[in-house]
Amino acid sequence: MTASSGFSLFRRRNRSIIPGFGLTLGITLTHLTLIVLIPLAALMLRPWDIGLSGFINQVTEPRVLAALRLSFGAAFAAAAINAVFGLAVAWVLVRYDFPGRRVVDAIVDLPFALPTAVAGIALTSLYAPNGWVGQYLDPLGIKVAYTPLGVVVALTFIGLPFVVRTVQPVLEELDTELEEAAACLGASRFETFVRVIFPVIFPALLTGFALALARAVGEYGSVIFIAGNMPMVSEIAPLLIVIKLEQFNYAGAASVGIAMLILSFAMLLVINLLQRWSRRWAGV
Amino acid sequence: MSGHSPKSRVTVAEPVWVKALIMLAALGFLGFFILLPLAAVFTEALRRGLGAYLEALVEPDALAAIRLTLLVAVIAVPVNVVFGVAAAWAIAKHKFPGKSLLLTLIDLPFSVSPVISGLVYVLLFGAHGLMGPFLREHGVQIVFAVPGLVLATMFITFPFVARELIPLMQAQGVDEEEAAITLGASGWQTFRRVTLPNIRWGLLYGVLLCNARAMGEFGAVSVVSGHIRGETNTMPLHVEILYNEYNFVAAFAVASLLAILALVTLVAKSLLEWRHGAELAATARRH
Repeated sequence: MTASSGFSLFRRRNRSIIPGFGLTLGITLTHLTLIVLIPLAALMLRPWDIGLSGFINQVTEPRVLAALRLSFGAAFAAAAINAVFGLAVAWVLVRYDFPGRRVVDAIVDLPFALPTAVAGIALTSLYAPNGWVGQYLDPLGIKVAYTPLGVVVALTFIGLPFVVRTVQPVLEELDTELEEAAACLGASRFETFVRVIFPVIFPALLTGFALALARAVGEYGSVIFIAGNMPMVSEIAPLLIVIKLEQFNYAGAASVGIAMLILSFAMLLVINLLQRWSRRWAGV
Repeated sequence: MSGHSPKSRVTVAEPVWVKALIMLAALGFLGFFILLPLAAVFTEALRRGLGAYLEALVEPDALAAIRLTLLVAVIAVPVNVVFGVAAAWAIAKHKFPGKSLLLTLIDLPFSVSPVISGLVYVLLFGAHGLMGPFLREHGVQIVFAVPGLVLATMFITFPFVARELIPLMQAQGVDEEEAAITLGASGWQTFRRVTLPNIRWGLLYGVLLCNARAMGEFGAVSVVSGHIRGETNTMPLHVEILYNEYNFVAAFAVASLLAILALVTLVAKSLLEWRHGAELAATARRH
């Protein structure tokens, strides 16, 4: 009943002569409700079987806290690495001309297209003590595979395209006349970068960082192969959800899931505020 | 004449050594994180020669996994195409309150962990889930069976087509459609003759990305699959099982098929961007 009155409300406001609004919006809302909203509602309802104290007990278990710390910490480290190198990649793609630039540009998107399980086993074979990269790191006492460092490596791969693809269009739009003006006024190239270029690309850099972070926090497929999955050490939060499900601890699994969603949401909110603040500073 | 161009006096380029350093950092990073893993997949797959590689691919469980992956994609992708086109038509060609809320909800699956995407279906349809007892009574199995795999894949790939089409159709406006309607075309005719030719490359682009994700999804599918060999194992899940059995050549052989799919997707995507860049959404490059 409320739905149909909602529809007529929509129709009254909609003065377009193009037909099909009711039909297409109906399909959209039905599909959205069935596939996304009802299942997510099931997640939100589930932990309260065990009450608020049960929920708090579940998410403050030392093993859960360790997993959440690793998931968010490693995701943060990986996103930071991607911010630095992603900026370098975007800069090279926009500003420098070199043979094979288009191929390099295209291949940046590989982490979006390559299934995560494939990335996981490939990175593990590279960084295992006898792997192509691992054999040189092992004598130095650096262990990547089966340690938290491995988690960071996998999450760096997963988040690689985000910073490049958000910074690249902003760099392309950037007017080099501003840089020329700065140089004319006696600024060194470094000063020009820090005071003219960086403030303009910073909001985009932050967006890319946030996207890479959000993706990395929830990542599962590529991590479980390389992490070694030792409880309290290299076990990520999504894996703990899977383990709790296998023990038929549905409420526990849902509790960890909700804790992850709340933490991600809070994090993205902070980044959003930071972004607004930086936009005001840059005057864009 | 001399020095009349400011560009000749003012340098807006980095010193050569800085440039070299940035190039080294950027390309080295891509080499380590993109080329090496890709090379590793094919090297490990062919470690025991072409014979062992092909043998791993025609093994019955591998073939069953390939068939299941195709089946899931064949169902999930068209459903998301219909939804994506419908959503884009409603959102881009009409005005209504609550539009930005709807856009946020459509994006929701992007910000949820794949494991959580699978979890929600287990909570709903699993043996101890909300609808578990009802489903058992009626002898319907969703989780740990093919319907669960399809649902989880649809959840994960839900936004891809819509996200591609909405900005594109918004940018194209409503003038052409309004002209067609005024001249007496029906809604369906307008869509098929006017809108569809305008959005075909964007649609193809969205389908490409949607399909790559549908075939490669691991986390969500892993939670709802139950891992029954030959029955509910998609290709990525089969890779995991083989890998955990230390059957590395077979694991990487199946993985190499998925890597080839990824490369084909990238090539097709790049071709679309180069040839039809103007007809794709402004945000197309973002993906």
